Amino acid sequence: MNQFITAVLTSLSTGAIYALMSIALVLVWRSTRVINFAQAGQAIFTTYIGYEVTIRSGSYWVGLISAILSGALLGAGIDRFFMRPIFKRVTSGPIVMIAPVVATLALLGIIQAIIGFIWGLNYQTIQAPVSTDGLKIFGSIIAFSPFNLMVLIAVTLSMILLTIVFQKTNIGLALRASAYAPEVSKLSGIRVDAVRTLGWALAGAAGGLAGMLYIPGSYLYPNAMDVLLVFGFIAAVIGGLDSLFGAVAGAMILGFAVNFSATYISYKLVFPTAFVILILVLLIKPSGVFSGKKGRKD
Amino acid sequence: MSLIVTNLTVDYGAIRAVNNVSFEVLSGQLTTIIGANGAGKTTLLRTLSGLKESENGVATWNGDAILGKKPEDLARSGIMHVSDGKSVIAELTVKENLALTGLWRKDKKDVANATTEVVDLFPILGERMTQSAGSLSGGERQMLAIGRALVARPKLLLLDEPSLGLAPLIVEQIFKVISNLVKQMKITVVLVEQNAMGALKIANEGVVLNLGSVVAIDSAETLLNDPAVRAAYLGF
Repeated sequence: MNQFITAVLTSLSTGAIYALMSIALVLVWRSTRVINFAQAGQAIFTTYIGYEVTIRSGSYWVGLISAILSGALLGAGIDRFFMRPIFKRVTSGPIVMIAPVVATLALLGIIQAIIGFIWGLNYQTIQAPVSTDGLKIFGSIIAFSPFNLMVLIAVTLSMILLTIVFQKTNIGLALRASAYAPEVSKLSGIRVDAVRTLGWALAGAAGGLAGMLYIPGSYLYPNAMDVLLVFGFIAAVIGGLDSLFGAVAGAMILGFAVNFSATYISYKLVFPTAFVILILVLLIKPSGVFSGKKGRKD
Repeated sequence: MSLIVTNLTVDYGAIRAVNNVSFEVLSGQLTTIIGANGAGKTTLLRTLSGLKESENGVATWNGDAILGKKPEDLARSGIMHVSDGKSVIAELTVKENLALTGLWRKDKKDVANATTEVVDLFPILGERMTQSAGSLSGGERQMLAIGRALVARPKLLLLDEPSLGLAPLIVEQIFKVISNLVKQMKITVVLVEQNAMGALKIANEGVVLNLGSVVAIDSAETLLNDPAVRAAYLGF
């Protein structure tokens, strides 16, 4: 019984972290039609900033806010000063499809190299603000800590916030319109380029949050978020790449599948499970499990 | 107030889609641009609304050069382009579609008034406010697209084939609405159409394009009675 409860809780908290990365990828994909591999670099870079601020201020919370804000700033900056010029210059030939993606890969390498120069390649730790020791249930200790609970709450709150922004505000309407139909949005007077930069900023903030929630339970090093990028990407594909709801649902499906196969069969199955799910989705429903209907065609 | 296009040339890939085109649209008038498929009508309109770059030529609206400006800036200055097909955003509701052109407007009270006027003009949209635009029929989508442009209180409306794919009865209704926009709301309209007969009937002036070049400019009435135009574009 304890094993089952632990597996459920762990699935939820790892799924929550996948969801943040998945949402970051979807936000950029929706607005820019690029899979942003640099997301892993952006997230870890801003987590290093969070780490630095946490040490200097002595407060994890100040570090967390710094990571989120610098994540937003870095994301916006990358779109404005890196992606936008690339889209402007590369306008024809087969390279159009490849250039932006390759550019994000290059950026990933560059960011990680910069981290190495500033902070070195050694493993660091970020002290969690609450205990990372397992909770006691029915007299025995399970592998779910108060910090895991905090992760779950933090991610749930940010999802609610994001939903309100997207569904209830003018900015959210502009974000959705620009993602679905950039040309019609421009003709309606919406500054689609600026809205896209905002999408990158939101994605960057989600990455910074993901890092500050993931690293305290792991270690801080330049490649620490790479694996989360992969899981976030698989979750996004399960969800259909275009849908924020799909990204979260895909992340939860992945979290449960990975944790349950690890708990009940073998921990060696974590990666195979994730990749088998990816292949299955691509073979059976490549548009994603949660891709909606498109409306009438007449 | 008028739209003046002078020696406009636009390439579409390797093809010269618009070749040295000049015409003038007087304020408060409806000018239709007719011609066969591939005549360059849509490219011309996309250039005027900033979606496409031109190779050569000048276009001014009220004396201000418009070529090379961004589509969103032109839209905000009162030049609204309703692009072809059903240029509504299927994933958004009718209400959200209508709200897009009001997002950036300062006068929120007038946005509300303009939206009410649009619903009065197309009551069916009022009934469908919370439905997704993707669930609308072709005619309803066209009404929504025009309605969305009207919420911005445009001074110059560029309409690209609003009759495309619609049933004859709906086409008649849409053309009537367009005619009223000019007569009652004093909006200047450039109407690109393949339905030359219907368009010329409500237009003041007509521009006939063939393979990117102007072959005739005259009053709509004269063009309707011109044997050559009748034979080539009206089918009798």
